[in-house]
Amino acid sequence: MQQSNTYVIVFSAVLTVILGLLLSGSSQLLGPMQQKAIALDKKKQILGAVISGEEIEVMTPEQVNEFYDNNISSTVVDITGKEVTAEGVTAEKVEIAKFYKKPAEERQYPVFIYHESGDSTVVKSYIFPLYGAGLWDAIWGYVALDTDMNTIGGITLAHAGETPGLGARITEPGVQARYVGKTIFDENGELVAVEMKKGEGKDYSSNPHEVDGMSGATITANGVNNMLSNYLGYYSAYIKAKNSAPAVAGL
Amino acid sequence: MSAETIEKVIDVKPAEGLLSKRRKKLVTDPLIDENPITIQVLGICSALAVTTQMKPTLVMAISVIFVVALSNFVISLMRNTIPTRVRIIVQLAVVATLVTLVSELLKAFSYDMYKELSVFIGLIITNCIVMGRLEAFAMGNKPFDSMLDGLGSALGYSWIILTVAFFRELFGSGAVFGVPVYSYVSGIFGDDFKLATNGLMVTPVGAFIILGLIVWVQRTKTGYVEH
Repeated sequence: MQQSNTYVIVFSAVLTVILGLLLSGSSQLLGPMQQKAIALDKKKQILGAVISGEEIEVMTPEQVNEFYDNNISSTVVDITGKEVTAEGVTAEKVEIAKFYKKPAEERQYPVFIYHESGDSTVVKSYIFPLYGAGLWDAIWGYVALDTDMNTIGGITLAHAGETPGLGARITEPGVQARYVGKTIFDENGELVAVEMKKGEGKDYSSNPHEVDGMSGATITANGVNNMLSNYLGYYSAYIKAKNSAPAVAGL
Repeated sequence: MSAETIEKVIDVKPAEGLLSKRRKKLVTDPLIDENPITIQVLGICSALAVTTQMKPTLVMAISVIFVVALSNFVISLMRNTIPTRVRIIVQLAVVATLVTLVSELLKAFSYDMYKELSVFIGLIITNCIVMGRLEAFAMGNKPFDSMLDGLGSALGYSWIILTVAFFRELFGSGAVFGVPVYSYVSGIFGDDFKLATNGLMVTPVGAFIILGLIVWVQRTKTGYVEH
């Protein structure tokens, strides 16, 4: 009986239904908690651009949420730097990865503003998301620009599947620290971003637009370079508007 | 019905203690004498991949224990109903479901660990130990025995990968469970005394070397020879 085709088919069907129910049930049950964890992780990444990883590490989830609420305000802009005021658009909910597939003109660009605790008028830095392709899979991150809209105050980088020990090193604080203090505009005000060079161990402290590379991870580094120059390019209208705003106010 | 004949041979006495000598052996045998990694040489891939640090290794070990013990139990419960022709697929479906559950649980309760281990958790499905124990034991033995057998095998796997991870993290990153042992030692002897970490230990090559040494030590002690 157990070898008959009917038995095999019925057995497989029943098993599939049971396992399917089990999986969808657990997914339903755990879904809200996972969403919370993902949202918290995103906040940690955003904060990682302005405060050190060790500080975030010791925070409890509640502390992270509280710190985020007190110190980060956000807005969403389009490619021309104008604020998107459509209903239901919040910076935290904008999925960079989804918009990445659309043409640059149609995307929404969230901006996270790091300010003095509880006082959103005293801005410390502007945080912009980054997204692009590494060697194997997506890479993303957040870059913080100081209020001069030129100097990089910090950067967080993350990846989905870069090679451990090589490309995956973009998540190391030591690698990310190389960007701090670099500038994205040249003397003529042209956007040049910051380029991670091939090879490792050279001193680039004299060049404000170049950082030391990662040995054996040139393609990942190129991916980081591309996403940095792409996204700073997309935000350039906003950045320039912010940069000239105080001057206008002064007139 | 080969499955049933094996079962009859093993279960001679029906009133057996919950943890009889034979059942204890099911758990303890795979720790040393029948160790899945060092003797059967199964599950090597994950032993290389996750063992750079102790913390993710521990999570991986717990996940494997959960999956192997439970899949052994479930498959053993169903063993007399599973059609022989599709048994591998049935086993795979059960294992895959359990692994997905582990992965979902990690995602909900320990997102950082999930990010670190996500790929490797999924790869528990292909860990030869899981399928190996299902085919070799759970298909022909009672549920409780099968669970113990799975527990034993997974524990055998776990202590080996934890040992490998201990040495790899210590020599490769100068830490144990994230505690920077090297810098403490340097602190005792003054600033001029620096311990260098070994980059080789962070790469899979390091795991091969440690694993080789463990196999060597173990076989010297037990006198085990491959036939």
